[in-house]
Amino acid sequence: MRQIVVWAEIQDKRITDVSLETLRRAAQLAEGMSGSTGAILIGDRCRGSAQELISHGADRVWLVEDDRLALYQSGPYARIVTDIIAEAGPEIVLMGGTSVGTDLAPRVAAKLKTGLTAHCIDLSIEQIDGRDQLIQVVPGWGGQMMVKIVCPDHRPQMATIRPGVMEKGTAEPARTGEIIPVTPAINEDDFRAKTLEMVQEEEHETPLEDADIVVSGGFGLYGSGGFEPVERLVAALHGEVAGTRPAFDQGWIPESRMIGQSGKTVRPRLFVSVGASGAMHYTTGFLKAKVIAAIDRNPNAPIFDIADFGIADDLNRIIPCLIEQLENPK
Amino acid sequence: MPLNIVVCIKQVPDPEHFDRITLDPATGAIRRDGVPSITNPLDRHAVEEALRIREQPGGTVSVITMGPPPARKSLEDALAMGADRGAILCDPTFAGADSLATAHVLATGIRALGPFDLILCGNESVDGATGQVTPQLAEFLDIPHVTRARKITLADEKTALVERAVEGGYLRVEVKLPAAISVLKEINRYRLPTAMGIMAAADREIIEWGCSVCEPFGGTMESPTKVAEVFESSLKRKVTMLTGAPEEVARELLRRLREMEAL
Repeated sequence: MRQIVVWAEIQDKRITDVSLETLRRAAQLAEGMSGSTGAILIGDRCRGSAQELISHGADRVWLVEDDRLALYQSGPYARIVTDIIAEAGPEIVLMGGTSVGTDLAPRVAAKLKTGLTAHCIDLSIEQIDGRDQLIQVVPGWGGQMMVKIVCPDHRPQMATIRPGVMEKGTAEPARTGEIIPVTPAINEDDFRAKTLEMVQEEEHETPLEDADIVVSGGFGLYGSGGFEPVERLVAALHGEVAGTRPAFDQGWIPESRMIGQSGKTVRPRLFVSVGASGAMHYTTGFLKAKVIAAIDRNPNAPIFDIADFGIADDLNRIIPCLIEQLENPK
Repeated sequence: MPLNIVVCIKQVPDPEHFDRITLDPATGAIRRDGVPSITNPLDRHAVEEALRIREQPGGTVSVITMGPPPARKSLEDALAMGADRGAILCDPTFAGADSLATAHVLATGIRALGPFDLILCGNESVDGATGQVTPQLAEFLDIPHVTRARKITLADEKTALVERAVEGGYLRVEVKLPAAISVLKEINRYRLPTAMGIMAAADREIIEWGCSVCEPFGGTMESPTKVAEVFESSLKRKVTMLTGAPEEVARELLRRLREMEAL
């Protein structure tokens, strides 16, 4: 049976969104090739999450529970994932491109001596020379190019998925699947790199990726008296605030709110860009928003090429009117 | 006990000029004429960290790169910062190597340099940006790895303590040497080469190796991944520009957004 295996990551006792996004895509691809979907779940007392993975599309879950594995441990995790993959022999292995997924996947790929593509934004299956190949799309050169990568002769084909680019879907609680408990074969040598503790620094807030409405400001606000208009518009729209790299450099937003190639990718219902000309490495972070509205003074700014609605005017003339009409609808 | 540190560096196209990179419509090949090359910025942080770590126990800092002949310039810059010796792995068969094949070549070069205690790398390059080479070369060398390091402290001569940045905070990781660690830019501010440094570096050795360096280790490895196609992003939308008095424009925008159920 042809199989796609997803490594499901637990952060803070719950499965990460990108794991569920990846699992859903894996289930769609598996259906297209008459195959099945498996998930690898590693942690401490995480059996409850196994059912969640099944309800999100996994046909089987390899469950590895061990109190030494509550935190990410690069050596043991890599060995366990490699052993499961080597036995199951899947065509494709996918992982979410988090700080942990991007650490684990390359070590596993090197153990398996197979190809790995980083930070994919799209996956599809195409027949090339009579064999199903995974087409892995990644942005290149600051996002102005897209690169299709294949792994023609090695199996499994491995990829990490950029968080936020695929849809999570909804759970089907009635879905059934198999839970396979696995006893990890790990030893002291696997702990040569040992995670001692997780130190939490940021308050929990709504992740930008989950927001329905995002308002993002750019350097154009510098000449218009600062970032405040964006914050007021965010409040009136009940959205989340974001910005460009220059906005981050100005200290207007934290790094966790930076949109683009080196920051976050979002796909909200509505994305409003204010005072940003639309450099490729910025726009690549929200191209899949359902509706994009842009306000920028320069009518020739490239931001208007990728927007649904454009307003080429002074933001200090437009934003107060938007806020007034949002707060006092007729 | 002195430490032998190896830093992996890479010459990359300057990201400030990525907009000059174009696609040859006939061949589908990337054209980067006139785009200047620089040392990958994160790799300079890795060199700086190696120099700082060397200050306490003493030892050597070697810099190694895989690339075409002009990549030698990045080694010269690292020597001028204070590294002791350089090595360039240069062979036409290395061109187009993916992260696995690159890690394999680097691992063989590092073995050829002799005994080592610590390998430092930038966390990712600005061009490929996979961030995969450090864990992969650690696997080939059978040593532990830690990526996304924002702070490295030597606990003793055989152990390093690393702060590894993750979503919402950091992990405290204890790692036995020898190990491979990749660094983020927060780890330090790197020094710039001085005239004195450039002069002092002039007689330091740069070793050149071709693919024969891989022979004792089973030869070079084929790249499992291939580029099937490069295309320009065409995610343009058909924009509706709204014009008129600000109140009218605002009203029209909100009306349209509600119509599309975006509000």
